[in-house]
Amino acid sequence: MAPLEPSISGKIMEIHHKNHHNTYVTSYNNALEQLQEALAKGDIATQIALKPAVNFHGGGHLNHTLFWENLAPKSAGGGEPPSGALSKAIDSTYGSLGEFQSKMNAALAGIQGSGWAWLVKDKQTGQIGIRTYANQDPVVGQFQPLLGIDAWEHAYYLQYQNRKAEYFSAIWDVINWKTVEKRFT
Amino acid sequence: MASQTHTLPPLPYAYDALEPVISKQIMELHHQKHHQTYINNLNAALSAQASATASNDVPTLISLQQKLRFNAIVSRWGSHEAFVKAFGAELLGLQGSGWGWLVSKGGAKGRLEIVTTKDQDPVNAPDVSVFGVDMWEHAYYLQYLNNKAGYVEGIWKIIHWAEAEKRYTAGVENPLKL
Repeated sequence: MAPLEPSISGKIMEIHHKNHHNTYVTSYNNALEQLQEALAKGDIATQIALKPAVNFHGGGHLNHTLFWENLAPKSAGGGEPPSGALSKAIDSTYGSLGEFQSKMNAALAGIQGSGWAWLVKDKQTGQIGIRTYANQDPVVGQFQPLLGIDAWEHAYYLQYQNRKAEYFSAIWDVINWKTVEKRFT
Repeated sequence: MASQTHTLPPLPYAYDALEPVISKQIMELHHQKHHQTYINNLNAALSAQASATASNDVPTLISLQQKLRFNAIVSRWGSHEAFVKAFGAELLGLQGSGWGWLVSKGGAKGRLEIVTTKDQDPVNAPDVSVFGVDMWEHAYYLQYLNNKAGYVEGIWKIIHWAEAEKRYTAGVENPLKL
């Protein structure tokens, strides 16, 4: 059995990583190359025109990198609840881990189209919160990404088809809360 | 006021009729599950909205006009191949879920344009959608995985041009008519 099964099949992990993530990396590199040329020439119009590609492919690269680190097989601690300061922050914000998970699942289910839901930390206040982002928009600026769940259809379709709620509920068994704690503190 | 209820329209062909370009499994899931879910959610939203609004949000009927030969694509893009290439580039350039459309601007027999819409945003009246290609991953993933270029290439073999011509020349009668 592949390490994240049965929550996420080995085939999904393989295609998601080797094909999807890799395409974001390749396309991001292409955009950067064009950006370097435009910078060298002082071509402002081209620099601006490249922004959506940098955001989308760079965001795809960043989001997936953070996502892989958020996962772990059960044998390596996947699904083991958070402890310490993060656990306290979740309890004081949401009441309990279970309550947080159902709010996060509701946010995921409410995404119209492709996107991500994140547990974030507000850099201004230190508070945690749930935010959704369209497509590959990355978590930048005021918010720091702690835990991301990919709600693109390619993340679950081969295994769950249209039953995305089952994917959102199964993924908690392979969440690596140690990484989330590290990002939080 | 009570809201009207939409139901899943039957497909005009069998689930396996588009093979090998689109597999039977995709067609079944796409129609019986995805499309059905949109209808369920639409009915739920309309029902919630019914007390607040007197009219249903459905596109206006577009008056029938006389027939015109469907050579507008060639006169707009130079050749059918150039159009296919331009349309494919738009489809592959979509970032996230969405659709690509050939649209007749302002009504039937208008200026043709390639338009993309995000998520499930529709083409709104008075513009007429001549045909649309679904670029959500659920439309091709079970068969093509991340090879969406393969899906886009194959789609031309099953575009129903007679229907497209009908819509271009006569407009789209409200497809959700009750």
